[in-house]
Amino acid sequence: MAAAPGRSPRPLRWLRRNLVVLAGLATLAYLLLPNVVVTVFSFNKPNGRFNYKWQRFSTDAWTHPCDVDGLCGSLSLSLWIALWATLGATVLGTAAAFALARYRFRARSTVSSLVFLPMAMPEVVMAASLATLFLNTGVSFGFWTILVAHITFCLSFVVTAVKARVTSMDPRLEQAAQDLYATPLQTFLRVTLPIAAPGIAAGALLSFALSFDDFVITNFNAGSTVTFPMFVWGAAQRGTPVQINVIGTAMFVIAVLCVLAGQLAGSRRKRSRRS
Amino acid sequence: MTETAPSGSGTDVCLAGISKRYGTFTAVHPLDLTVPAGSFFALLGASGCGKTTTLRMIAGLEEPSTGSVVLGGQDVTALPPYKRPVNTVFQSYALFPHLDIFENVAFGLRRRGVKSVKRHVGEMLDLVQLGEMARRRPHELSGGQQQRVAVARALINHPRVLLLDEPLGALDLKLRRQMQLELKRIQTEVGITFVHVTHDQEEAMTMADTVAVMNAGRVEQLGAPADLYETPRTTFVANFLGTSNLITAEVLDAAGDTVVLRAAGTKLALPAGRCPAAARTGDKLLLGIRPEKITLTHADDADTVPAGRNSVRGRIATAGFIGVSTQYVVDSPVAAGTAGLSVYVQNIERDPRLVPGAEVLLHWNPGHGFGLDAAQRIEAGTDVDLGEGPS
Repeated sequence: MAAAPGRSPRPLRWLRRNLVVLAGLATLAYLLLPNVVVTVFSFNKPNGRFNYKWQRFSTDAWTHPCDVDGLCGSLSLSLWIALWATLGATVLGTAAAFALARYRFRARSTVSSLVFLPMAMPEVVMAASLATLFLNTGVSFGFWTILVAHITFCLSFVVTAVKARVTSMDPRLEQAAQDLYATPLQTFLRVTLPIAAPGIAAGALLSFALSFDDFVITNFNAGSTVTFPMFVWGAAQRGTPVQINVIGTAMFVIAVLCVLAGQLAGSRRKRSRRS
Repeated sequence: MTETAPSGSGTDVCLAGISKRYGTFTAVHPLDLTVPAGSFFALLGASGCGKTTTLRMIAGLEEPSTGSVVLGGQDVTALPPYKRPVNTVFQSYALFPHLDIFENVAFGLRRRGVKSVKRHVGEMLDLVQLGEMARRRPHELSGGQQQRVAVARALINHPRVLLLDEPLGALDLKLRRQMQLELKRIQTEVGITFVHVTHDQEEAMTMADTVAVMNAGRVEQLGAPADLYETPRTTFVANFLGTSNLITAEVLDAAGDTVVLRAAGTKLALPAGRCPAAARTGDKLLLGIRPEKITLTHADDADTVPAGRNSVRGRIATAGFIGVSTQYVVDSPVAAGTAGLSVYVQNIERDPRLVPGAEVLLHWNPGHGFGLDAAQRIEAGTDVDLGEGPS
């Protein structure tokens, strides 16, 4: 570029050279702006019930996050459900992914496509059909129906993530383990599972996020139980407590810290191996 | 297998009537094979000839359809791979990507509960000159280093038999030559029986004491590399191992010690011992001669050809100079209908008259020829992919 002076005006040249960076920054800004607004308004002290207009700075909501009735209860319920749903979906989904990737059995292709149905189906349809199922079997709505519903839709994400990993795995690695005196169980625990671990972890993280965040399916199958997303929805009808912004900000910060810690650990491991 | 066998205790491998079928496809036809203890044995063949399947049946990774595998007198046919006293160096190495080099090499020791893993692994890594790399992951190593890790990971268990499945296939030519010598050295040092699968005829001949040439699920011929090369018994072996000129000839006289043949009106001699057993007067057979055994003489010097040598007329079609030698293709009436006769001439004293179009005499010592049954495909073994040409 510098070798061809006078070809195009200087600002244009600058733009061309930095377009990728600019596009990246613009995308980042687009993604982060809502989070910034949420964070800023978590320090607001609104006059009415609605936290839509900036009044003045205050840390009241941060120091008393549980002051709003039912907020912390719904939050802990959502966390518990997300935890158990993640566990259930990960265990079942990993087993299913191995079965689908490794074995040839009757109805394999049918199962394979059925597993993906929850991902493709409109959420509200699945919510309604699950509710019908629970009603007809006479199960009382609550924690357990929410958990079962969440495991159902998380399952397909875990299966997708783990199956991709297992399919791309060199079968010779397991044969090498067996050749090196590892029994089938040892082979699974020492070779297969660790290699599939990134896929399993990705599926689990996705499950946690999806379960914690879910509103439509939960709303249909919760009965009188209130999860965090349902609480936020309900609160929004009557006013928005600042504490919701506090919880949102806290979760965003925790997630970012987790990612940073992971990257730091990764680069440190690389550096220590190099030295 | 929970004991560590002391080094220098390779055992023999006996395959009795072993075969492998996949549905209607027979990968390996019933096969009897004995690999003597402590020898370097190569299974040589093109891809899909059944050599890897045979190796995997010895390792226990493939269940034979019939027959049995006996290692040092013990029938191991029913044993799973993790109970067999053999270890494998896999094609593309199959190093565990989630473990570092140290843990890769230690894997077998840990599974068997061997004490002082650290010392053993340290010694083994020093042996393959990778002590510095102990804490690296496999993907951080070069191909040659990964290959050495794979060998170390197998050898540290002191197997009775080491199985090598095309272990050098992924390396470049120079590194491959180096590793061939290295493996041969290790084998001589540890005295373990090596069974090596390869499609590279040069590799098999350089390294192995005994080579079994496999084709379409059968062993075509088995023997020392020099015997296979000098006296191939089938056209496949003649063409797959190096290059052969095969001349279709008629038997004129099979009575004496020397069989007299005729091809395109030219009389040719062949010692009776180098003929197929059933050759009778009037039969057809294939006379084989290696390109480097033939001498080229310009037709003007025909009187200088010593008596008692087989001599054939021809005209040079092409001449390719490759430094150490010149490779000629010569059209000759005895080779009518083929691509011509190949002749390799060492570049010692080059005759400037030997250019394309020149009339020449091709002559060779009758004892260097070999006779083959004419009832086989003359081009068998020429149309397989060797990976690389002879150099």
